[in-house]
Amino acid sequence: MPQLLLELFSEEIPARMQAQAARDLERMAREKLAAEGLLPGALTAFAGPRRLTLVAEGLAAAQAERHEERKGPRVGSPDQAIEGFLRSTGLTRDQLTERDGLYFAHIHKAGRPTADIVGEMVDAIVRNFPWPKSMVSGVSKLRWVRPLQRILCVFDGEVVPFTIDGHVSGDLTEGHRFMGTGQAFRVRNFDDYADGLARNFVVLDPHERRERIMDAARTLCFARNFELVEDDGLLDEVAGLAEWPTPVMGDMDPAFLDLPPEVIRTSMRVHQRFFAVRDPTTGFLVPHFITVANIEATDGGKTIATGNARVLSARLSDARFFWTEDQRVRLEDRLEKLKGVTFHARLGTMYQRVERITKLAGELAAFTGADRAKAEQAARLCKADLGTGMVGEFPELQGVMGAYYADKEGFDPEIVDAIRSHYRPQGPSDEVPALAVGATVALADKLDTLVSFFAIDEKPTGSRDPFALRRAALGVIRILQQTRARLPLKQFASDDLIAFFADRLKVILRDQGQRHDLVDAVFALGDDDIVRIVAKVSALADFLGTEDGANLLAGYKRAVNILKAEEKKGALPVGDPIASAPGEEGALTAAVGRMEAALDKALDKEDYAAAMTALAALRAPVDAFFDKVLVNSDVPAERDNRLRLLAKVRDAMGRVADFGQVTG
Amino acid sequence: MPDKPLSFQDLILKLHDYWSRQGCVILQAYDVEVGAGTLNPATVLRALGPRPWKVAYVQPSRRPADGRYGENPNRLRQHHQYQVVLKPNPANLQELYLGSLEAIGIDPRVHDIRFVEDDWENPTVGAWGLGWEVWCDGMEITQYTYFQQVGGLDVFPVAGELTIGLERLSLYLQNVDSVYDLRYNDEFTYGEVFLANEQQFSAFELEVADVDVFKRHFEDMERQVPIILGSRGRKGEQLVLPAYDHVLKASHLFNIMDARGAIAVAERQSYIGRIRDLCKQCAEVYVAQQGGNA
Repeated sequence: MPQLLLELFSEEIPARMQAQAARDLERMAREKLAAEGLLPGALTAFAGPRRLTLVAEGLAAAQAERHEERKGPRVGSPDQAIEGFLRSTGLTRDQLTERDGLYFAHIHKAGRPTADIVGEMVDAIVRNFPWPKSMVSGVSKLRWVRPLQRILCVFDGEVVPFTIDGHVSGDLTEGHRFMGTGQAFRVRNFDDYADGLARNFVVLDPHERRERIMDAARTLCFARNFELVEDDGLLDEVAGLAEWPTPVMGDMDPAFLDLPPEVIRTSMRVHQRFFAVRDPTTGFLVPHFITVANIEATDGGKTIATGNARVLSARLSDARFFWTEDQRVRLEDRLEKLKGVTFHARLGTMYQRVERITKLAGELAAFTGADRAKAEQAARLCKADLGTGMVGEFPELQGVMGAYYADKEGFDPEIVDAIRSHYRPQGPSDEVPALAVGATVALADKLDTLVSFFAIDEKPTGSRDPFALRRAALGVIRILQQTRARLPLKQFASDDLIAFFADRLKVILRDQGQRHDLVDAVFALGDDDIVRIVAKVSALADFLGTEDGANLLAGYKRAVNILKAEEKKGALPVGDPIASAPGEEGALTAAVGRMEAALDKALDKEDYAAAMTALAALRAPVDAFFDKVLVNSDVPAERDNRLRLLAKVRDAMGRVADFGQVTG
Repeated sequence: MPDKPLSFQDLILKLHDYWSRQGCVILQAYDVEVGAGTLNPATVLRALGPRPWKVAYVQPSRRPADGRYGENPNRLRQHHQYQVVLKPNPANLQELYLGSLEAIGIDPRVHDIRFVEDDWENPTVGAWGLGWEVWCDGMEITQYTYFQQVGGLDVFPVAGELTIGLERLSLYLQNVDSVYDLRYNDEFTYGEVFLANEQQFSAFELEVADVDVFKRHFEDMERQVPIILGSRGRKGEQLVLPAYDHVLKASHLFNIMDARGAIAVAERQSYIGRIRDLCKQCAEVYVAQQGGNA
């Protein structure tokens, strides 16, 4: 079966856009081919610094022939109607058939050659490609991410002829900008293409480029008994910056090793796209780096290594300047500067935010068990590093630098730790601050963000969450879960913020395999203590998984349905059921009484397993009651008492959760 | 790299020679103070309108806030930018650019040349474009941009702009650490040529410049721009070229006030907005004069 090969060759595509571009190319091709009834056996897209490539295997040479039967006018209709139908179908009268008193036209559509469809497809892809940012160049109005240089399009060994805004399709491509022959070469199929590129120093597949980098970088490190500091994001980026990625190890002036390792690593990564290198036994950085060049240099990379080392020295000299200058001003004295930093136009300055966080941290300390004075001190200083030169240069070092400077000033280690860790957790894989003061300031930081933005009605909607409030709420929940801090959220949060927490908690518990309806059932009781809520949900899930639980839930629903139906007829009787009822009715009444006593004790001790055990004891009497007793007795007093009893069962169970919200 | 690296002066001559051979007009630097080679009317104005343009020049670029009294090895209140503009950008602009690197002795089989995404913008002249910073062994040696807008107007045909920081490139080629140690030519060092300028202008722009006077001058220039634009030459044309000079002067006066620390954070945006508006007025008149955008 024929194969399609498409290459869109351009000037350098930004590394960060490449992976998505490959996905978009694959998707757009798939959609167009499918719409035309062409189903490739395999469809693969590659993206690299200078090219997007698509290969489709096993395409038919043409669309299948298509038959269509079209219903026409009634036999014996006026000539006008019949002629109209003939015009629209392109048939003559004797070609029509008659059935059930109607004319039918049988139209054969020959399948179009796949090459024609491919031409249209490439045109549509090139003109509508969803680059995050695109441009025009020269005298062409065609938009592409950077100037498009050439289009290669070969189907079944032949060029698919088309022209897009002056770009004539062909079968030429070229290799590496500097290491290849410099001559464009002709290809007839994917194997040709891949071989030709490999011979001309281009690694087509981004995964292979990544592997090539990792293998070579690890080998360079291993040879000197070092270890590569791996960095997946950086690896993706450098794999998008070179067609023939070639790691080179360079030397760093060891004098810079007295800078904090985070500073060295960040400077290497952000400014130079270098990997750091460490000693595998101590874990400390060693004075070397790995840069990923785009060439295998004729001098073995010596010039590249020394050139990059010089640039790194200049960068680290800047960093050292910030490191020493920053230490001339105490963190406390930097607070004043935060008055000039706007946190948000409607939420005042960063200084005001720090004041809020400090107050909040003091209040929260009572619940987290942290030392109140330390929590307030740490909160007061936690944003002070925003005014430092180093954080100005590397915003991602906020917190980290504050901690270093606080340590140099001799602050208590718990305060230093809190400054460092108060932004945590920054994502699902990030850790929660381990120490109480850190957890307290982290809580205060996030609660202030949430309360503030909710106060000005800047809530997340759909996929829009510009202030990362979902992440902040998840952070609060995770910190509370981990520290087991018993925080009455209502003291700090408005109702809509509480509802927002409920939603986030559902997400967390769902990820942990819990049913979201159980969260609703527990939240419906108005509890605002995350630790307690999670414990209840977990106990409830266990209980409903048992036979007793499932049956009791069915009994509960039956009781509620009866109560609802009766309520429609008139007000339900109030008060307690009598204790002296006979048979199953009396047994259930007694069981509810015993259950309530047990429940009181269990809830008091927050022993939710015990609370569920108490509930479980109701199962048999409830089942027996429904089995033997008719609620709707003809005797009004009996009916009233039985309704009172069911209401009591419902209410007693309702103290644990709103079982009405539980599905199934 | 050749055995003896190019002096600062030879670097410029090599580039002039190369771009001259590509058909560029080799201009002398513009004689109004500018903060970047882009602001020279040979770039900002000539990028606009339908007419082709090819130019290369060295532009001394004044950045008062970067003044370090000649004490910092690579920060200068005035550095030199080598500026190339080709409109429309030819399809082989990258090749031409790489040819210029070879012309100054950078062999791409020994040095690691890479094009790293960098989208350029200059809010004071309402300009932006897409392109790269070009790295040579990890050092940024060129800002390479396809202009998309200038003065808030679309640039079409598109102009390709190459900007090279000459001091930085020279430090690399000559393998020295301080700009003042650069060989300007075989007889003089960069320090001998420019150190006194750095020292005196740093003191003036950071300490001495009278902010009230500069503020008054700024407002004068600002008022002049629409007056000049409203005036006509002998052919009935609006005087956009002299008007634009006054935008440049306003921009430089702002930079000095900024270096003196006289511009509050909140004021900054408003000043930049005022300069951008003046620039936009000039851009609109210039484009109309050229017969509109293509």
